[in-house]
Amino acid sequence: MTDLEKLEKFQAKIDAEDKIEPKDWMPEEYRKHLQRQISQHAHSEVIGMQPEGNWISRAPSLRAKVVLLAKIQDEAGHGQYLYSAAETLGKSRDEFIEELQSGKAKYSSIFNYPTLSWADMGAVGWLVDGAAIVNQVSLQRTSYGPYSRAMVRICKEESFHQRQGYEIMAHLAKGTLEQKAMAQDALNRFWWPSIMMFGPHDSDSPNTGNAVKWKIKRETNDELRQKFIDKTVQQAEIIGLTIPDKELKWNEEKGHYDFGEMDWDEFWRIVKGNGPCNKQRLAHHIKAHQDGRWVREAALTYAKKQKEKQFPPQPSQREGEELEIRD
Amino acid sequence: MINIKDNQGDIWEVFVQSKSGLPHKHAGSVHATDKEMALQNARDLYTRRNEGTCIWVVPLKEIVSSMPSESESFFDPSDDKIYRHPTHYIMPEGAKHI
Amino acid sequence: MTAKEALLNYCLRLGDSSLILGQRMSEWCSNGPILEEDIAMTNIALDLFGQARTMLTYAGEIEEKGKTEDDFAYKRNEREFYNSLLSERPNGHFGDTIARNFLQSAYFFHLYTTLSSSKDDMISAHAVKSLKEVTYHLRHSAEWLVRLGDGTAESHEKVQISLDDLWEFTGDLFEMNEVDELLIKEGIAVDLNEIKKEWIKTVDQVLERATLKKPENGYMQTGRLNAIHSEYLGHLIAEMQFLPRAYPDAKW
Repeated sequence: MTDLEKLEKFQAKIDAEDKIEPKDWMPEEYRKHLQRQISQHAHSEVIGMQPEGNWISRAPSLRAKVVLLAKIQDEAGHGQYLYSAAETLGKSRDEFIEELQSGKAKYSSIFNYPTLSWADMGAVGWLVDGAAIVNQVSLQRTSYGPYSRAMVRICKEESFHQRQGYEIMAHLAKGTLEQKAMAQDALNRFWWPSIMMFGPHDSDSPNTGNAVKWKIKRETNDELRQKFIDKTVQQAEIIGLTIPDKELKWNEEKGHYDFGEMDWDEFWRIVKGNGPCNKQRLAHHIKAHQDGRWVREAALTYAKKQKEKQFPPQPSQREGEELEIRD
Repeated sequence: MINIKDNQGDIWEVFVQSKSGLPHKHAGSVHATDKEMALQNARDLYTRRNEGTCIWVVPLKEIVSSMPSESESFFDPSDDKIYRHPTHYIMPEGAKHI
Repeated sequence: MTAKEALLNYCLRLGDSSLILGQRMSEWCSNGPILEEDIAMTNIALDLFGQARTMLTYAGEIEEKGKTEDDFAYKRNEREFYNSLLSERPNGHFGDTIARNFLQSAYFFHLYTTLSSSKDDMISAHAVKSLKEVTYHLRHSAEWLVRLGDGTAESHEKVQISLDDLWEFTGDLFEMNEVDELLIKEGIAVDLNEIKKEWIKTVDQVLERATLKKPENGYMQTGRLNAIHSEYLGHLIAEMQFLPRAYPDAKW
């Protein structure tokens, strides 16, 4: 079969809503796109543990503490599901982590904002997870089998995350004056970054073309953003908080909310590494990784020793032998 | 002296049985350096919500898979063997419990 | 001391050790040596917080002054916490944490095994449930202790030092006073001398597999029974209690 025939067969499969599986033929560009997108998604889950982790030790009740901890634990789990899916494309988790730590791979910029008050745990759950869920629900239908399966699992588990955040916000909004102010302040700081999570406007988004044709992405950035805003406005109103956008208005004709323009200078500045916490987040990840090196080495060595007890090696095989992660 | 290159351990595929009597179903994978760690990691990751009664972990490199390129020769020959399915047979009208 | 006072104190001891160790374990979130360990350690923290909530809620019922689990967790001072000195040790490196958890989990394991037949229904039910959890915590920490002990020369040395440094806090786990005496008579509490025998067996077995040496029994720190702690606890609870302390009128 020529490459062109393979490509036609591949596209026909996608058009028929069949999933592409790891051992299927796929265009190199499809593989690269997925490696980039899935690993970026995984990195976001993992780096996303930090801003919320910032408040575990200070959660104001034991219930709030276990709920927050369970949620962050889920994020570690989701990072793991996603790395697993990404690894089926022929790159190891070590390589993905290396790309993250060297700055080659990105993660969602939202996690480069600091969490400054307990209300931020509300805003992050309600808005950041809320936005992520809109995107992930859509991605359940993505064309790559392992990614789609990871998304199904993640969506099922994440259903409590947004509720957890919204519950905090609702509770604070009807609490003391200080608590309400805390909630409004968190909404003010997280609103715009949250709606920028969907990425640039479709007109400025270079990767959308193939991603839509190959059904990696099922809906565009602007479509998803609109969906999120439409459902969030009412949720803010009902708890008496004000979304910080003067241009936000229901458009009867379109059946959608109109909203103001986002600060794209800020968006690109943070993507390029100059947000409030970019350096802190990466440094944290690198430190944990380096602190863990001796532990991983111990575990690998222990496993090797155990194996050698079972199957003693010939002396000549021992020289310079290295444990490799996979074949 | 054993030389070790720092890494995240091997990939182990995880199969979870959700209830006794049901088959083990593929859940995903974990990284681990030994069997016990693979089992514990699988438990912590894939059964956080009461999803399991039994877990199998299998090193990815020990799994043998058929290839999509072979799928025609592997699977198509069973296409025309419709006599393997009960619906192929015509039963006399009124016959019960068959 | 009345039986009620003794029981209240006993519940606080159980609840506080779980709470403080849980707080320590949750500090590992996003700091583990491998992503899988972040999940394992937060799982352990969640179990421990669950145990703490049960016992602190029960303490409130025994005391009959309308206190909730949060009143106990967030409104007491250092000198009112009865957790073990071991549970409040800082995490240090991964080996320090594993060694601490191993020593404490082995203790919990034998304690809850015996408490499962306590004559106090709440305590026995709590012990039955907690035993399942700490059995896993013990397995997790013991397996890691073996990997680190029998891993590289570096890991062996590191975790041996962890063990040596933590050893002086293990005596505190087994101390008893009139609370224990009174409750043992009632069939509610257990004789910690008996627990100690079992604990040592477990420690010996695992250390042997781990090729580690059991530290010498030298000077042992003391304090749990009188709520005398290391300086570390004050910082831990200051952080934990920050919000309710800063906003005394607010409900969370």
